[in-house]
Amino acid sequence: MSAPSVNTGANRVAGKGRLSPAKTVSFTFDGKSYNAMEGDTLASALLANGIHLVGRSFKYHRPRGILGAGPEEPNALMGISRDKARFQPNVRATCQEVFDGMDAKSQNRFPSLEFDVGAVNDGLGRFFPAGFYYKTFMWPQSAWDKLYEPIIRRAAGLGDSPTEADPDHYANRFAHCEVLVVGGGAAGLTAAKAAAASGKRVIIADENPIMGGSLLSDSVVKLNGKTGSDWAASIVSELEAMDNVTVLPRTTAFGYYNHNMVTLAERVTEHMANPDPELPRERMWQVRAEKVILATGAIERHLVFPDNDRPGIMMASAAGTFLNQYGVTPGANVAVYTSCDSAWQVAFDLKEAGVNIPAIIDQRDAIDDALLARAAELGITVKKAHAVTKTRGRLRVKEITIEPVNGVSSEAIPVDCLLMSGGWTPSVHLFSQSRGRVKFDEDSGTFLPDIYTEDCVSVGCCNGTMDMEAALAEALTAAKEAVGGRARKAPKVENASSMNGFKIGSSKGAGPEDFTKAFVDFQNDVTAKDIRLAVREGFQSIEHVKRYTTNGMASDQGKMSNMHGLAIAAEMLDKPIPEVGLTTFRSPYTPVTFGTLVEHNKGELFDVTRRTPMYDWAAKHGAAFEDVGNWKRAWYFPKAGEDMHAAVNRECVATRKAAGIFDASTLGKIEVVGPDAVKFMNMMYTNPWDKLAVGRCRYGIMCREDGFVYDDGVVARMAEDRFHVTTTTGGAPRVLNMMEDYLQTEFPEWKVWLTSTSEQWAVIAVQGPKAREIIEPLVEGIDLSNEAMPHMSVREGKIFGIPTRLMKVSFTGEAGFEINVPADFGQSVWEAIWERGEPMGLTPYGTEAMHVMRAEKGFIIVGQDTDGTVTPQDAAVGWAIGKKKADFVGIKGLQRPDLIGKGRKELVGLKTIDPKIVLEEGAQIVDNPNHPIPMPMIGHVTSSYWSEVLGHSIAMALVVDGHSRMGETLHVPMPDSVIKVEICSPIFYDPKGERTNG
Amino acid sequence: MLKIHCPYCEEDRPELEFHGAGEAHIARPTNMAELSNEDFEKFFFIRDNDKGIVFERWRHLHGCGRFFNAARHSVSDKFIKTYKAGEKKPKLTKKEIEAVLPPAKSTPANEAVWTIEKEGKK
Repeated sequence: MSAPSVNTGANRVAGKGRLSPAKTVSFTFDGKSYNAMEGDTLASALLANGIHLVGRSFKYHRPRGILGAGPEEPNALMGISRDKARFQPNVRATCQEVFDGMDAKSQNRFPSLEFDVGAVNDGLGRFFPAGFYYKTFMWPQSAWDKLYEPIIRRAAGLGDSPTEADPDHYANRFAHCEVLVVGGGAAGLTAAKAAAASGKRVIIADENPIMGGSLLSDSVVKLNGKTGSDWAASIVSELEAMDNVTVLPRTTAFGYYNHNMVTLAERVTEHMANPDPELPRERMWQVRAEKVILATGAIERHLVFPDNDRPGIMMASAAGTFLNQYGVTPGANVAVYTSCDSAWQVAFDLKEAGVNIPAIIDQRDAIDDALLARAAELGITVKKAHAVTKTRGRLRVKEITIEPVNGVSSEAIPVDCLLMSGGWTPSVHLFSQSRGRVKFDEDSGTFLPDIYTEDCVSVGCCNGTMDMEAALAEALTAAKEAVGGRARKAPKVENASSMNGFKIGSSKGAGPEDFTKAFVDFQNDVTAKDIRLAVREGFQSIEHVKRYTTNGMASDQGKMSNMHGLAIAAEMLDKPIPEVGLTTFRSPYTPVTFGTLVEHNKGELFDVTRRTPMYDWAAKHGAAFEDVGNWKRAWYFPKAGEDMHAAVNRECVATRKAAGIFDASTLGKIEVVGPDAVKFMNMMYTNPWDKLAVGRCRYGIMCREDGFVYDDGVVARMAEDRFHVTTTTGGAPRVLNMMEDYLQTEFPEWKVWLTSTSEQWAVIAVQGPKAREIIEPLVEGIDLSNEAMPHMSVREGKIFGIPTRLMKVSFTGEAGFEINVPADFGQSVWEAIWERGEPMGLTPYGTEAMHVMRAEKGFIIVGQDTDGTVTPQDAAVGWAIGKKKADFVGIKGLQRPDLIGKGRKELVGLKTIDPKIVLEEGAQIVDNPNHPIPMPMIGHVTSSYWSEVLGHSIAMALVVDGHSRMGETLHVPMPDSVIKVEICSPIFYDPKGERTNG
Repeated sequence: MLKIHCPYCEEDRPELEFHGAGEAHIARPTNMAELSNEDFEKFFFIRDNDKGIVFERWRHLHGCGRFFNAARHSVSDKFIKTYKAGEKKPKLTKKEIEAVLPPAKSTPANEAVWTIEKEGKK
């Protein structure tokens, strides 16, 4: 091998790890440039360059180093940017792969990492106990908004939010499989291979870039005679070659939902220097699996001892990973402090790589002879039954003090790195999310899966099976149970390391009598002392202790701290751990970007956009559009120099003087057909329908059973057994749903069929005195004369050669037509009418003019003038209730005492005494504006417009007992004045309705 | 997200395709106009909302469009069965119910353990 030409850090060990010195990348950390090998994580690259100090802690601003090598990392959180718009805060340096040109910044420090003014909090630590914020910033209340909160927010918190919109895109995929394996370690790969052999669909996901889990960091284990990483690589390539298997590295299973739905976040481009812009940055998978095999492994716990958080103090397994995967040593003089066998192998690996190991300090007295023999062989000093009780070094640990666990003599050892291990916590997060129940196992000090509620199974370390041979057997059993078939043979395991021994709770030097800072939760700066204080102050439930101290509430969700916190609380409460209980694990397992959760649903794809067949014409003619539900509706058609009011005034006047043309296609339309159609209509609507002749239309009101108005619209009887029902624009889906509900579940024997035709008909309203004259020459087969086709009638024929249902109806109060044509012909019919009508004064009008004209006539809009507590009588359309009907939806509700008594809010018209003032919709109405506050409010304005045709403002309002208060003066208090109004009929224009006859 | 068996399509489909429609087996009275206020209150407003086995209505809105009924445990969210609208409320067997019960409460995970009462007895 040729010597590397690029220096990727002084702490590299030649020949160690899976990275190639030939492939290097460069990145910056806090503005300074460094080199790394391709495949490095940011953490391994920094350590290779001798950097341990990577952040400041949350509360005390203590210098912090890289603690772990995986997703549990609480300290090394960075702001990562690719360019200005692509910035992500709080990225775990242990998971982020370095790419060429990456810019990393440390967080929560000012002005610099080495000198941070916030660190004054550390010296004041005795004034910042658990619950400090709750206790201190209580008074005065007014200081919260202006003083306390801004200061606390600035001092606490983690990274900064991005300042630009996210330019990347994200994808979503639904997937189905017979077996989903979560975790690609030894157990997961074994289970996946065995399940895949059946030919059934298998998905295996692992959060790391390379599958193999702890095998990749294990220097001694052999499977079928291969090294751990070679074996893992061979299984992965076998799986990748199979059509029925999906292998997803860099993919975190973050949520476990009902009925075996598991969500995965796949990081597609996050590790690439120049990602293909066509690729999504991340992809969300929603996987429905018949069986889920959880092989999520275990996470190593730290030890709780005084000043256990200095940079240079890290997890033993992390050091093993950095050495064996990345060829990086964390120091030159590395002591190991443990209560678990697994840390010993790391010490041996480091020693063999040329690192000085001044001592292995083990809390235990009884230690496996093989480990002792190997240590002796390598010349490593072993301190049995000893504890680390003190550490020194401001920005990096430089000395530790050790004491016998049961003794007082002390000894100082100079180090530049201290590794620690308190044993392993099985990752039961997903199992717990699946609502499975765990049980405490005294022998291993762990919570293990006990009762399953979903169809899943835990195998390997996450099931407490720390022995590799047993774990693989478990994986094979799980796979066989999932897919059937014959039992598969397990790979032969040699030299598997022991994971025996554990410590939960505080170690020597961090007991109740010690005044030291021994960190339980690094990310939220929670010490053993804080948890004891919480218990002393009366918190007994672990859920309360957690919230009071914030232990386990940071973005790492206490992956390392929960068990320690629990053990310390249990000790203080003098109760066994199972009685204190474990806090709840929730989704997501690790933080997930908003982009991944939002996936495609942003910008234009956020929601459906509905356009009518005549949308293009309106756009071409300069329409301003408004959103009505998902519809884009032409709002008004401004001419040069016109604002909305001028345009609307002109449109209203033109329609009333000559004619207007309006796109009413968004109306909901339902075809009600069948021998029992009339019976069904009688049930659904308050109106009677038996006597509605074929060819005639009627305004219908629909209530709910409680008697409140649900929808309204014009209904045309096309044949004895066929109704063309229109609904409000927004109401179409719910009306059809309600109709289907009654038809399917209450009257299934009735012969009626319902079809939504909203998008099949384009509707062109031509309204005004010249309406008939304009359309007449285009119409074939229909006599448009008043005698032949009166107001509220419907005819079938042709217009411009296109079949039409032509209705003579009016929502403006003028004589007019609503022309229904098949949607595909909407625009051409519209254009034909426009071509003929424009020289005759035909004017396009939008929804605003439509609103003004209907309000001039007192026509209600359901949802604007009614609000779900308004009956037909309240809305002054009580005439639409069939008095002789034996039944209809709402018949009983309408009889309820509260709906028929006095004191109902009733719909009335309002005229302002000053005719120029236009009221605000929603404004409250009072009797006496001088009444002391609280002033009784007796109603509110529902619709309000300027009527250019009438020359004064008009309004509709719901007012208590309004129908019997005609002519009374009421008041509308506004911030700067009180507006006087007079109650009147809501029909302001053509009260006798003579104009509809044209 | 629940997986729901549509008894008309005879397929398991994701919850996204369905719409819940409240408690099942509440028939609309045939003498609606003559109903007493008390009976109307019972029919329209009062619902059991049981913690345990519930009979509920669903609509396969983005599928066949049919309304149907389901028996489900409201804590474990597990379905015992779904059946067509109009079919009689099924009599559930002990075995069927036991199969959907949530795990016993005795194990500590995911359950705040309240110890105050116990302390008081000491």
